[in-house]
Amino acid sequence: MIITERKPFDEILETLKPYTKVLVLGCGGCATVCLTGGEKQAEELASQLRLVSGPKKLDLQVEFDSITRQCDREFAENLKQSPDNYDCVLSMACGVGVQFMSQLYPDVPFLPAMNTTFYGAGVALGVWEEYCHGCGDCVLALTDGICPVARCSKSLVNGPCGGTNDGKCEVSSDMDCGWYLIYKRLAEKGKLDQFRKIQPPKDWRKDRGAGVRRMILKEMVEEEECQA
Amino acid sequence: MNEPVSNLQQAFESGRFVFTGEIGPPKGINVEPCLQEAKKYLKATVAAVNVTDGQTAVMRIGSIAVSKMLLDRGIEPIFQMTCRDRNRIALQMDLLSAGSLGIKNVLALTGDHVAMGDHPEAKPVFDLDSVGLLQAMVKLESGTDFGKDMKGNPNQLDGIPKFFKGCCVTPCADEVEPQIIKLEKKVEAGAQFVQTQAVYDPGAFEEFMRRIEHLKVPVMVGIVMLKNAGMAKYMNRCVPGVRVPDEFIQRLSDVAKEDRQKVSIEICGELIRKMKHCCQGAHLMTLGWDHCVPEIIKAAT
Repeated sequence: MIITERKPFDEILETLKPYTKVLVLGCGGCATVCLTGGEKQAEELASQLRLVSGPKKLDLQVEFDSITRQCDREFAENLKQSPDNYDCVLSMACGVGVQFMSQLYPDVPFLPAMNTTFYGAGVALGVWEEYCHGCGDCVLALTDGICPVARCSKSLVNGPCGGTNDGKCEVSSDMDCGWYLIYKRLAEKGKLDQFRKIQPPKDWRKDRGAGVRRMILKEMVEEEECQA
Repeated sequence: MNEPVSNLQQAFESGRFVFTGEIGPPKGINVEPCLQEAKKYLKATVAAVNVTDGQTAVMRIGSIAVSKMLLDRGIEPIFQMTCRDRNRIALQMDLLSAGSLGIKNVLALTGDHVAMGDHPEAKPVFDLDSVGLLQAMVKLESGTDFGKDMKGNPNQLDGIPKFFKGCCVTPCADEVEPQIIKLEKKVEAGAQFVQTQAVYDPGAFEEFMRRIEHLKVPVMVGIVMLKNAGMAKYMNRCVPGVRVPDEFIQRLSDVAKEDRQKVSIEICGELIRKMKHCCQGAHLMTLGWDHCVPEIIKAAT
């Protein structure tokens, strides 16, 4: 899922300065699953904002709402509050949700309440870690399910650097060395030959090297055109 | 056999035990002090001098410029090149620049992460890894590069450089097999010599050398001067793949401050004497104590 983290409260207040009527909009997708930007968090943020409004002389009128996903056109219909009735919407979705909603309601400013951080999974209660970089050219078959692009700090393709230290990365002793994990797993399974093969330099066009990315499902597009 | 590309390559081919030194370029353009040191203490004693490339991710004057300045003073440089700050276009451009300036020895390194240095906000590049950088050198030597022309054919270079290509390895890493596998890949990709991370355990190094016997490339054992017990302890704590034995730490703490340098020279000498039978040279990293190099070499023989 896409992991999001709430922005510092003061930063949020700063962005709200020009506005009075604010709708805090939670997202029922990833932001709900990682417990940062769902309906519950939207309600909490709304009441926090109401609480400081007076003392900070901000005169905020805050309501909240939440929809199943902010990255899909169909769920916008489920809004109980219309964004058009507000000075701004404080979106608790990832960067995709903020942009997509703002495209649907071009007259209302959509402000991000969150920082979108990475594609990850929950590894323990309250802990999420990065698993995928979205490089567009998956190599997990070669590395037996551990991604060197996302889980090596340097995205190295041919093995660990000299900074690997007791299974940890030179960047931080709290961070696993991705290549140590890959090596251990391949060794355990007797598949070290997959590590021994030189990997050519990565084609970063599939990442961001060729600019903004887009995916087209041809069959669907053609079907749509036929029906039209 | 082909003509050696550099004096360093020739030194290995002569079969003698080879020494190299190292200088760290300054932060600023005041290069004279480090050039003077190199001239005074390294020129007559070592076969070539490494020039670090933004060591520990700290921004400094570029390795290529200082390498050329050494060359102008009759000292053969080993141009260290990391993959941290340049994509494949810039790396290949700098390799051509180095080639055009007469720099022959190039050491391909991954590079410390920007998080370790003085510009932690910088975007780390790592477009190529050290294996890819060695492949880039081989490509250029064959008259082409990683790219293609408008028709999709390999590019053709106008003027072809020739390098003596080196790489690095950590022989005493806690998990040595992945280091060895990566070294095998570097040699397969074109590495012709190896300089190692600091070694303080001759037994472990000998075992490592046995395990890479099949690679048939000259290996220079890395010798980092221990300036005092505090530094040794710091290395144990913070430098991956480096284990300084308690015995050395004890000797450095027992000795009076004015004799410390003597002891650290002795330790270097001892280490080299214990390991020289199983490798082809020693790479001396004195961390600013270049004036000790002549004595270390004396102590090593």
